[in-house]
Amino acid sequence: MIAGLPRLAAAALALTAPAAAAEDPYLPARLEMVRVVEEIAAGVGGGDVPRVLDGRVLDAMRRVPRHEFVPPAERAHAYDDRPLPIGYGQTISQPYIVALMTDLLAVEPGDAVFELGTGSGYQAAVLAALGARVHTVEIVAPLAEAAAERLARLGYSGVAPRAGDGYDGWPERAPFDGIVVTAAATHVPPPLVQQLRPGGRMVIPVGPAFMVQQLLLVEKDSDGTVRTRALLPVAFVPLTGGAAD
Amino acid sequence: MPLAAVSLLSAAAIAYEILLTRLFSIVLWHNFAYMIISVALLGVGASGTFLAFARPFLVARFAASFAACAALFGLSSVAGFALAQRVPFNPLEVIWDLGQQLHLLRIYLLLALPFFASATAIGLALARFGGRIGAIYRADLTGAGVGALLIVVALFLLPPAACLRLIGALGLVAGALALLGGGADPGAKQRRLAAAGLAALAAVSAAAWPADWLRPLPSPYKGLSLALSVPDARVIAERSSPLGLLSVVESPSVPFRHAPGLAVTATAGPPPQLGVFTDADAMTAIARLEGDPRRLDYLDQQTAALPFHLLRRPRTLVLGAGGGADLLLALYHDAEGVDAVELDPQMVALLRDDFAEFAGRLYEREGVSVHVAEARSFVESSSRRWDLIHVALLDSFTAAAAGVQALSESPLYTVEALGAYLDHLAPGGILAVTRWLRTPPRDSVKLFATAIAALEAQGVADPGRRLAAIRGWNTATILVKNGEIGAAEAAAIRAFAAARSFDLAWLPGLERAETNRFNRTAEPYLYDAAVALLGPERDRFLADYKFHVAPATDDRPYFFRFFKWALLPELLALRGRGGLALLDSGYLVLVGTLAQAVAASLVLILLPLAWLRGGDGGGLARWRIAVYFLALGFGFLFVEIAFIQRFTLFLGHPLAAIAVVLCAFLVFAGLGSGVSGRLAERRPRVALPLAVAGIVALAGLYLVLLPRLFPALMALPLGAKVPLALALIAPLAFAMGMPFPLGLGAVSRRAPGLVPWAWGVNGCASVIAAVLASLLAMHLGFTAVVALALALYVVAALVFTPVAAGTAPR
Repeated sequence: MIAGLPRLAAAALALTAPAAAAEDPYLPARLEMVRVVEEIAAGVGGGDVPRVLDGRVLDAMRRVPRHEFVPPAERAHAYDDRPLPIGYGQTISQPYIVALMTDLLAVEPGDAVFELGTGSGYQAAVLAALGARVHTVEIVAPLAEAAAERLARLGYSGVAPRAGDGYDGWPERAPFDGIVVTAAATHVPPPLVQQLRPGGRMVIPVGPAFMVQQLLLVEKDSDGTVRTRALLPVAFVPLTGGAAD
Repeated sequence: MPLAAVSLLSAAAIAYEILLTRLFSIVLWHNFAYMIISVALLGVGASGTFLAFARPFLVARFAASFAACAALFGLSSVAGFALAQRVPFNPLEVIWDLGQQLHLLRIYLLLALPFFASATAIGLALARFGGRIGAIYRADLTGAGVGALLIVVALFLLPPAACLRLIGALGLVAGALALLGGGADPGAKQRRLAAAGLAALAAVSAAAWPADWLRPLPSPYKGLSLALSVPDARVIAERSSPLGLLSVVESPSVPFRHAPGLAVTATAGPPPQLGVFTDADAMTAIARLEGDPRRLDYLDQQTAALPFHLLRRPRTLVLGAGGGADLLLALYHDAEGVDAVELDPQMVALLRDDFAEFAGRLYEREGVSVHVAEARSFVESSSRRWDLIHVALLDSFTAAAAGVQALSESPLYTVEALGAYLDHLAPGGILAVTRWLRTPPRDSVKLFATAIAALEAQGVADPGRRLAAIRGWNTATILVKNGEIGAAEAAAIRAFAAARSFDLAWLPGLERAETNRFNRTAEPYLYDAAVALLGPERDRFLADYKFHVAPATDDRPYFFRFFKWALLPELLALRGRGGLALLDSGYLVLVGTLAQAVAASLVLILLPLAWLRGGDGGGLARWRIAVYFLALGFGFLFVEIAFIQRFTLFLGHPLAAIAVVLCAFLVFAGLGSGVSGRLAERRPRVALPLAVAGIVALAGLYLVLLPRLFPALMALPLGAKVPLALALIAPLAFAMGMPFPLGLGAVSRRAPGLVPWAWGVNGCASVIAAVLASLLAMHLGFTAVVALALALYVVAALVFTPVAAGTAPR
């Protein structure tokens, strides 16, 4: 089966990755998680939402041990395609949403990425696994501390975590090729728009806790013009009965 | 006969119900509070089931049993809340985690216990004193009416936790009162001792519950909890009223930056702010104002600033003053006088007193007048005209996104409301409404449709020439002009939008190619909707659009209901793939509540039937009893809820719904119940038909009369409106108070064993009816709800008149 080949390759890759020890009992669950993500993308994608996600993103997600990023009580669900609570009213996003957001950022190895809202550190780890230099800021001190410890322990040296306010970005490390804003806000922080490199992309999940209703993609053209795109991570497009399809 | 105890217990129980809604609106969200309390009220139905079994045992020990139930209410009302709010129920995870449903069940059981206890006591009194049912029911209803009024007053004076202590103590006092009745029999001394014990327990209970147990703990996912997880953030002031708990938060290390709809290209941000949370969510901000508001440039970079670029120094009316952001917007643009209307006096007090200096004495500035009133009624009762009426965006984005308001009536956004605003515009004046924008759009499309309907109702031939709409990525602002939008204004709108990277969504003469440039959606949804709504395809568009965007009216005042049933199969198929994120939880919670209430009621109603099969039916067909008490439960609640809505609109304040209208309904129904016994004695054959004829005639008359009478009387002062409302409610409620005791009296004479069952059937019907009334009103309108209620009353009379008159076939 041709469809099975990438999975085999990925499994091989995962086995050689440092974060996933040969004996990793979570590996089958993780491979299954990525398979489900691919399946959802195929079913849900369309328009600006990709049907086929970047293979590098999927590989990264096959390598990052998601179970390390969820509270012990939630480990049994770590690889389910659902968001999970991580304390302090925060969540770790659903795997498909992480995959989609990462795909939309179109990260290249060596890119500088800024993340507002580290949370568990999972998104930062996936970005780092893609070779990005990730600068991530978390406002809730205990979460910031736990994420920094976790990322260091798992060997994600490409992530620079910081506790504090991320609204003003990280001017010393700007401009950024990509920016992720996971903390809810009534507006897109202007300092972050300024710190986005022309040609760069910012992704903001929008919706109440546990629900991403849309992804806001902010793009800065090479001439500095800023535009946004509202993407629905849901297979739900024709708004009126006969209008589309 | 323990009339005083019944009244007191009944007052405590309804106060508890209203208070729980407050408490759980702080802990969770309003829609879940509604669901939890509705289901818990089935404790009333369960009391009937329980009494059907236990009646002989308990009636024989009436005083002690009543006192025990009242005491159980007193203790479990307080403990039930303390325990229930500690159950780690997270409604946001229900979709993903079925284990949450077990948590929910625990909450139901904890909160159903106090309602079960109070209803068992009152049901017991009805069973024990079969000959005086009218008087007992009178005590029950008048007690409830007074309790509803008093809890509203108490919530102004005391924090919710203190009200909870009082209610618990009142339950224990009711138990003591029940023990004091009765004659000088051998047990009298023991009963007096026990009464003294309960009274002492009441005093201890009021004081002894640990404060930490009773303080409402908001869900960690609510805005206040999230704000407080930020280092150094703390609550610096709290103000509580029946309208909500306001918490003012200071966050010195990480400032609040509340600026809804700020352009992505904005160059300025907001000044230091204090966050004000209502019921631990829905943040509004008080901005620090030092000197001239015209330095706050961020204000001009929001979609809401648009109308100020079309009007020179407008006399402005701000509906929804909140923390003052929209006042600042008007002052920034040099408005010639600003009237600002705010519903919550506590919010006004925060800006006038506690944080007056911080806010730069905003409310005392020259030209600023702040009015504490409900916005719609303020406009309708005013004879003034404004150049700009600005409807502020006060609900939170999260609340809008989750659709939690779907089950709330909103008098602000109906066709009639917009018509009233338009009537109060000066020539060339503008009505501006800003709403959160969702993808796919809902609020903004419905608002546009509502504006068109309001203009057409005023006889405007070409509404499209008076409308404009722009949007950013998360807000849309819609303008309705009193006059046609000219070329110069269209140019100003284009320039405003282009300078801020906002998109044009509607303008007279706008081309599709000009839309959807900066904040792109898959299609220019709002523009396409505007074109369809203004063209010949409107009805087809409304029918085809996946969300319910037909305008809300006063008869169906549910602006925030967007759910269509046709959408459900598709979204369920996408369950777990984000599909359910598109649902408005409020509507589904309502449907879920109904389903749970119906299922539980069927069990509660049918269970005792199996047991009572061999018992004494006195020759009474049980189906007649069931139909009668079901019909009454539905009929009473339908009429009550529909007229509460009508009268609230008239009185112009949501608290009037409880303090005046609900109280009046219950008290006058109680008085009707009180005379029902005499009526039945004198005219046994015609008592019931007479009462039902009175209800049908009066409610039918009001359906026709009130929509004509109320608009003409809107300008009357409240001091005149309240007596008028009472005079109109009194005769209707009086008649509505009769059928229940007339029926129960007949059952009591013929088959006393079935009295508790009838009580339970009625209790279940009341719970289902309250939920169903909202659903029916959403789809069919309140007029239809009343019509249905009247039909039910007629059915009840037809089924039961032979029974009441003693001529039913055996």
